[in-house]
Amino acid sequence: MSKQTLIPVGPYHPLQEEPELFKLYCDGEIVKDVKWETGYNHRGIEKLAEKKSYDEVFFLVERICGICSTSHPFAFANSVEEIVGVEITNRAKYIRTIIGELERIHSHLLWVGLAGHFLGYNTVFMWAWKYREPVLDLFEMITGNRNSYAMFKVGGVRRDIENQKIPAIEGVLSLVKKKTDLLVGAIMDDPVIHARTKGVGVLTRQDILDFAAVGPTARASGVDIDVRRDDPYAAYPLVNWKVITAEAGDVFAKAEVRLLEMYESISIIEQCLSGLKKEKEGDVDVKVKHIPEGYGTGRTEAPRGEVFHFVVSDGSNSPARHKIRAPSYTNIATFKKSCVGQSISDATISLAAVDPCYCCTERLAVAIDRQSGHRIMNAKEIISHSASITDKLLQHE
Amino acid sequence: MGFKSYCFKKSLWLFHFGGASCNNCDIEILDCLTPRYDLERFGMLLVGSIRHADVLLVNGSINKKDKPRLLEIYEQAPKPVLVVAIGACGCTGGIFAEGNTFAGPVDKIIPVDVYIPGCPPKPEAILAGIVKLLGKN
Amino acid sequence: MVLNELQKTFAKEILDSEARSERRVTLRIDPAALIPISVHLFRELGFRFIIASALHTKKGFEIYYHYSYDSTGLVLNLHVILDQKKPEIESLSNMFEATNWIEREMHELFGINFLNHPNLEQLLSEGNWATGEYPYRKTFKSNEDVQA
Repeated sequence: MSKQTLIPVGPYHPLQEEPELFKLYCDGEIVKDVKWETGYNHRGIEKLAEKKSYDEVFFLVERICGICSTSHPFAFANSVEEIVGVEITNRAKYIRTIIGELERIHSHLLWVGLAGHFLGYNTVFMWAWKYREPVLDLFEMITGNRNSYAMFKVGGVRRDIENQKIPAIEGVLSLVKKKTDLLVGAIMDDPVIHARTKGVGVLTRQDILDFAAVGPTARASGVDIDVRRDDPYAAYPLVNWKVITAEAGDVFAKAEVRLLEMYESISIIEQCLSGLKKEKEGDVDVKVKHIPEGYGTGRTEAPRGEVFHFVVSDGSNSPARHKIRAPSYTNIATFKKSCVGQSISDATISLAAVDPCYCCTERLAVAIDRQSGHRIMNAKEIISHSASITDKLLQHE
Repeated sequence: MGFKSYCFKKSLWLFHFGGASCNNCDIEILDCLTPRYDLERFGMLLVGSIRHADVLLVNGSINKKDKPRLLEIYEQAPKPVLVVAIGACGCTGGIFAEGNTFAGPVDKIIPVDVYIPGCPPKPEAILAGIVKLLGKN
Repeated sequence: MVLNELQKTFAKEILDSEARSERRVTLRIDPAALIPISVHLFRELGFRFIIASALHTKKGFEIYYHYSYDSTGLVLNLHVILDQKKPEIESLSNMFEATNWIEREMHELFGINFLNHPNLEQLLSEGNWATGEYPYRKTFKSNEDVQA
């Protein structure tokens, strides 16, 4: 076996804001194997949820992940409402959809920026984040906070979007649209970005099916799945939009899917806003007094893919079991396919391409160490090896 | 001028340690560096290694796996170093303080100079906190 | 329909079925038949594995394997009940990559044993809890509980 070098990326690496340890096993410039070690972000949220009442769980699941902080309450609301069997009002549906889609825009802009940063192309980073700010301002206007919106509850939403705010929202949206045009044009035409991302980190259709990957990662490889269309919830059946797919499966295709999805999101929000005008103001909440025994599944399409919540109720005040599956949980596993065989300089962007969200993934600890032909040693051998080194050092002293 | 204020007389370089956080504070810290807030105009940089830094920004609840790493990073830091606990989780543990992996808020592990509460604190609040930190020394 | 065909093929193995709505169906199956049913779902019918949820209840350890059928939006839950004393079931990870992590996770948190898993090492989140303790079991006591 040829000699391999271990290059650790993380856990506290300047490129990543979140703690995460990737071990790249390289032969020269070529990545031969990748492993990741986690647990740095494990907070035991599923266990915590069992101690909290249904109302409190919303605030907890919101803090699974700050970037997709609507998707989790959204899925939780869907699953609890399935247990109760309650249908929320149209106005609440529109508001939920607006928040969800605004989040998609801000998350995709954030990703575009970070992807630029990972490529060493900081202009894109600064631009994308600058144009993300108006979206956050919208959030502040609608919900009172830039992140973690606390809008959801069982049976509806906590705050209404008053009709008098709608023109202002539309104004900001048209600004965002203009800036998105600018950004999309700049990225799609940029020869540097083409050169760095085309043919890099390719995931084939079969890889996606094997790893059960979801969201833009799957759609960029031609797997046409989107929970918003396949298992419609909230106001998605009431508006017109289309699912964006691409065929190539490389990093560029993933960027393309995300960029074009932002236009769909803007169009969905505009339709929801005009839908809001027809509904009665303040009619956003259905009273739910008791959560009966049973179980419910809730799905939403987060910016990164399908969020899945499974709630078991025993008729008491808090969930008996609350299982959360975030999209990155399946998407991160595809690193095994997308990074191996490429040069190290392409590894970071391939990792970033699925928009990994470690805090989502690690609401539970997962530690990965898969057997493969490229392994140098197994865990026991490494331990005994390091023990023997320590012994040698001790003897020298 | 004391030794400490001499050390922090010029532009502060920041190192960011994200514990078991929800990413919101991480993103807001990064947001401080982007054009609207532009912390870099004060010469403040986010640096890649704690050995180059004057300020250690810590956010997120610290779990049992993070704790030894945080201590290690604190030990590697060139002294004197200023520590800023950011966000509700950094200050107290926040909503995750009851979790079975929680290892204590930041100030139970390393000394903290400034607390910036909020869930997440707005970039303005983070800037204000860092300015207060400058005034303190 | 997909479900009728499935129920015909596995008439013996499916012990019980419950349809909450058109898009939410739960089938309680014989744990021994998990592999043939999963392979059939995945390979023949094109279902997508979402996740598996484990529960610790009075009946024992229950696992729901959630599958999605994206063309109709169906969520199919395969429900198995395992023994309280010695929970173990065949691993699916030799067939699908997708179940690898979640089985390790359930092994770590609930102590459910997955037979023939390619790599079921106790590579837990070091330091987060003692080895051999399963924090998601109902019998688990955290430090604060013990102190209180």
